Amino acid sequence: MIISFFYHLGRFVNLLRLMISKPENTKMYWKETMRQMNDIGIGSLIIVFLIALFIGAVSAVQIAYQLGDQIVPMYYTGYIVRDMTIIEMAPTLTCLVLAGKVGSNIAAELGGMRQKEQIDALEIMGVNTAAYLVFPKIIASLFIVPMLVAIAAVVAIFGGYLAVVPTGMITEPEYVLGLRAFFVPYTVTIMFVKSFVFGFILTSIPAYQGFYVGGGSLELGQANMNAVVFSNVGILFFDFIITLMMT
Amino acid sequence: MIRAIDIKKSFDDVEVLKGITTTFEKGKTNLIIGLSGAGKTVFLKLLVSLMKPTEGEIWYDDTNITKLNKRQLIDLRKDIGMLFQGSALFDSLTVEENIRFPLDMFTKKSKKEKQYRVDEMIDVVNLKGSNAKYPGEISGGMQKRVGIARSIVLNPKYLFCDEPNSGLDPKTSMVIDDLIHRITKENQITTVINTHDMNSVMEIGEKINLLHMGKLAWVGNKDEVLENENELLQNFIFASPFLQRLRKRALGK
Repeated sequence: MIISFFYHLGRFVNLLRLMISKPENTKMYWKETMRQMNDIGIGSLIIVFLIALFIGAVSAVQIAYQLGDQIVPMYYTGYIVRDMTIIEMAPTLTCLVLAGKVGSNIAAELGGMRQKEQIDALEIMGVNTAAYLVFPKIIASLFIVPMLVAIAAVVAIFGGYLAVVPTGMITEPEYVLGLRAFFVPYTVTIMFVKSFVFGFILTSIPAYQGFYVGGGSLELGQANMNAVVFSNVGILFFDFIITLMMT
Repeated sequence: MIRAIDIKKSFDDVEVLKGITTTFEKGKTNLIIGLSGAGKTVFLKLLVSLMKPTEGEIWYDDTNITKLNKRQLIDLRKDIGMLFQGSALFDSLTVEENIRFPLDMFTKKSKKEKQYRVDEMIDVVNLKGSNAKYPGEISGGMQKRVGIARSIVLNPKYLFCDEPNSGLDPKTSMVIDDLIHRITKENQITTVINTHDMNSVMEIGEKINLLHMGKLAWVGNKDEVLENENELLQNFIFASPFLQRLRKRALGK
């Protein structure tokens, strides 16, 4: 088990090392990066929007309900929803969902290419396959995931508003007052650091799983599953580490 | 010319290739034939340096490719074209984009020059009208032809074909064989074909290497196949009783 862990870790690091090289043709790499940005970003917008909206709504309802009979002022609902969303919900939950959607897609795409000998074909042509197939995905993710997380944060706060203000649980001035209370800009930094790290994890781990897949459809299914499971574990582990380091 | 000198390849304790020495000549269609499990695919992967041999050397003209580092290999590969068994076309690209891919990646030609070359290739492999189709929308034979066009678009010095006729009907197989043979002659390429298609052997086998259990069992050409009495060769080429009767009749036995 331990030997296997270090074997995969070493191969993963080697894959990352291989992808750092001078591109054969910058224009082609740029084109591929743009395609990945579109796939990861635009392709995930709806699911991120929906999840953020409902998470914000559920959080706000729960908090408002809990605060209802307490001495704590109701405007705290907006405050708690805001901080919870920015620090934890938006980066972590969004990236866990993206690890499922984007991660499995990357593992399946690269795994399929490996099994259909398309990666071999690229290598025979003289293309650095690690650089051409993996690097644009990671770069695209490092740019796009923080944007998606920022959108998720805004949408979640808006979702909270929709859940508690029109239903009369708290008033609009109370919610807005809460949103503006005790704001620490550093929490936004934490959010972006998390989304940046998670963006790397949710593309690099599935890319590794897909890139080295062997055998047939069973192995491809296994690689897909590993891609999602290991990305999720990685995201949760680094969520903890970043929280420890930055809080 | 490509020379393989005493090539051995082992996976763990299993020795797949047991010391193969042969040459593949320029301007000829050189065949590697043999039963399934004879080591043909491993040998081909060694020849294109997708794997390293356990022992032995492979020379492309004056270059020992077993001694090259990754950067040197990448440079060398610009001279290599390869047709894969499953064609290995990129699913998300059209026929035209697949053929243009090496041009886009490795040349600084203008858009017009690239288009001219792509049209030329489409003409060579007789795929006019299929430019905008995706690999999933064309037949297996057409996919092979796209694969051939893509592999020769940069004018390689060496062309490798892994089972070019697998999954194709005999008529389409002949079209593919003719095409590979013609391209080899016209461009004076060193072509290496891995096959177990008997028709290919008899039609385009200008130099035939028979592998058996990881060893070179016979070397010759298509004109020698009929009369040669090598048992392994005859069992491979004329495998069925029907073909054996045909051979006997042809030899007047």
